[in-house]
Amino acid sequence: MRTCKFFILLLLSVLAANIVKAQLVIEITSGADQLLPLSVVPFNYQGEGPIAEDVAQIVENDLKRSGLFEAIPRDSMLSFPSKKEDVFFRDWRLLKSDYVVIGSVTEKDANNYEIKFELLNVLTEKSVEKHESITVDKASLRDAAHYISDKIYTLLTGIKGAFSTRILYVTVEGKRTEPTYRLQVADADGYRPQIVVESQEPILSPSWSSDGLFITYVMFRNRRPHIFVQELSTGERQQIAQYKGLNGAPAWSPDGKQLALVLSKDGNPEIYTFEIATQKLKRITNHYSIDTEPSWEPDGKGIVFTSDRGGNPQIYRVDINTKNIERITFEGDLNTRASMTPDGRYLVTVQKNEGSYHIALQDMNNGRVQILTETYLDESPSIAPNGSMVIYATIHQGKGVLAVVSVDGLVKYRLPSAAGEVREPAWSPFFE
Amino acid sequence: MVTVLRINTIEELIMSVNKLGKFAVIGLSAAFIVGCGSTATDTDSSTVTETETEQVTEVSDSSSGANTGSDLSSVVVDDSSNENMASEKDMLSGVEHIFYFDFDKSIVRPEAREALAMHAKHLTANPSARVVLEGHADERGTREYNMALGERRAKAVSRYLTIQGVAASQIEAVSFGEEKPSNFAHTDTAWQANRRVEVRYE
Repeated sequence: MRTCKFFILLLLSVLAANIVKAQLVIEITSGADQLLPLSVVPFNYQGEGPIAEDVAQIVENDLKRSGLFEAIPRDSMLSFPSKKEDVFFRDWRLLKSDYVVIGSVTEKDANNYEIKFELLNVLTEKSVEKHESITVDKASLRDAAHYISDKIYTLLTGIKGAFSTRILYVTVEGKRTEPTYRLQVADADGYRPQIVVESQEPILSPSWSSDGLFITYVMFRNRRPHIFVQELSTGERQQIAQYKGLNGAPAWSPDGKQLALVLSKDGNPEIYTFEIATQKLKRITNHYSIDTEPSWEPDGKGIVFTSDRGGNPQIYRVDINTKNIERITFEGDLNTRASMTPDGRYLVTVQKNEGSYHIALQDMNNGRVQILTETYLDESPSIAPNGSMVIYATIHQGKGVLAVVSVDGLVKYRLPSAAGEVREPAWSPFFE
Repeated sequence: MVTVLRINTIEELIMSVNKLGKFAVIGLSAAFIVGCGSTATDTDSSTVTETETEQVTEVSDSSSGANTGSDLSSVVVDDSSNENMASEKDMLSGVEHIFYFDFDKSIVRPEAREALAMHAKHLTANPSARVVLEGHADERGTREYNMALGERRAKAVSRYLTIQGVAASQIEAVSFGEEKPSNFAHTDTAWQANRRVEVRYE
C-alpha cells in the first residue's frame, strides 16, 4: 500500500510540473462557517503513457472553491483506495472526513479513458450513489473532472453543480496608451482560456445566449460602439446594431429568440428588443432620462433596467407587453446593472453607499437588501446558472481582477490574472 | 495669437458681462445646459436677459500669456464670420479641445464656453468641417451606465455648439464611457481628468 501511495505521489508531482499555467488563479479569501469535511482520494491510474491531468485534484479544487467543503490533505490520508472494498472507514473517521470520493482512470484505447468514481458516506459506510462509469476522450479529462464535481456537489447539497460552466471576460494588456483588448472564454475555474476576439479598441458587455452556443458583446470599431452576435464554435459573427450613438448592453432573452439592447438613435438611451429571426426592433422604454443595462427576468415577461428618471440611477422593471414600469430598488444612493437569480427570488445590483460601490442582493419577497462584497469599485456582477454564486469585477492592488461571492455572502474568492487587467465577467448557462 | 479667456465661476462670468456692457459674452444663451433638451436651455437663457446675445464672438489675446480670469481687456467681440479657412485653423490651434465635467453631471462648465465658442465659430465658418464629440466617464459605477453618461456629456457639448449656430449634421456625439481613461490612477484627480468630452475633427 505504502509503495503504491508513493508511486502515485511521484506521478502527481511530475504531473504538477506539466500542468499548463492558467490565465486566472484562484485565491479563496473566505468560506462558509461550517465546512463539510471530505476527502478526494487520488484516482488510481492504469495506462501506457502519462496522464495529462490529475482528475481527483481538479475535483477537490472545484469542491473547495464552492466554499462549502474542507478537503482532507492528501498527505494525511493513510491509504489511497480506488474501490469501495478497499476503503477502511475507520481510518477516514479518524481523519474526521464525513465523505470520501474514490475513483480510477483506465486507458481504454489510444483515444479514450474510462473513469469510475463513487461518493461514500463514512458514517453509514455506504455509497451515496452507486458508482458511475464514464468514457471520455483524452483531451476531455478536465471536462470529466468538472462533471464529477457537479455530481458530488449535487448529491451533497441538492443544488445543481455549476463546475462545468464557463466564463467570458475581457482582458486588457499591453501599453496603457495602446492596449490590446481580448474577449476570452475559460472554464469556471479559470483554466483553458481561449481568445474569442482581439481588438485594439474597447470590448465590453459580453453575455451568453440561453443555450450557451452564442455570445453577444459590444466592441468599438472606428471609435464607435457596435453590437455583435457570435457563434462560439465557429467564430462566425454578425453585427446586429449599427445606429448613430449608443449601441450597447445586449442581453439575450431566456427563450433565445430576442435581445434586449440599448440604442440612443432617437435622442437618448432607451431599451429596445431585437428579434433575431425577423431583425425587428421594438422600442420598450420612452423617457428623456438614461435607460440602460437591461436584463431579462427568468420567465422572459419583464426586463429590469437602470434608469435615472428619478434623479439617481435606480432599478426599474418594465413589462415587455404592457410597457408598464415600476421602480424596484429603494435602498442605497444608487443601484445599477441589475440581474435576477434564476429562481426570480433575488435581484443582484451594484449599489453605491457613502461613496463605495458594492454588489448588493435584494430579496424580491420582502425587499431586504444585503451587501455581499467589501472589495473596491465592484461592478459587472453575473450570476452562476445555479444561483449560488456571483462573479464580478473589482480593483485589487490597483489592478482589475475578477472575484466571486456566494449569494449568502459567506464564500469569497478572487481570480486574478497573471498579466494585465481582467473585467466584465459573464457566467455561462448550463450546457446540455 | 489667440488664447482662451478663463472664467472660473458664474460670478466672474456675470461680472464680465456687466463690464462688457452691451457686448455679448459667448454662450450666455446656454448658461446651464442640462441633460434634457432645448427647452431647458431656453429657460436658462432668461436668467441672463440683461445682455444681448450674439451668435459669433471671438476672444483674442494680443499679449499672449497675460490672460487671467479677471483680465477682460482682451475680450473683443467680432461679428465677421467670413474669414478664410486658414485663419480659422490658426484660431483653433491654441484652443482647448478637452472639456471637463462634475461627477455624474453633464453640465458644460462656464470655463468651457469661450473655447467651445471658438469651435462653434470654426464650424459655422466651415460648413464642410465635421466634429466628433467623444464623451467619457470616470471608472466609478457600471460600464454601460457610464457609456450613457459619456454620451449625455457629449450631447451637452453638442447642444452648446448647435445653439451657437453649428449645423447638427456637422456634429456627432459618441461615448467611450469609462473605457478610455486619460489618467489610470484610482484617485479623485484621475477621475476628474477622465470625466471629459474631447473635441475631435474628422
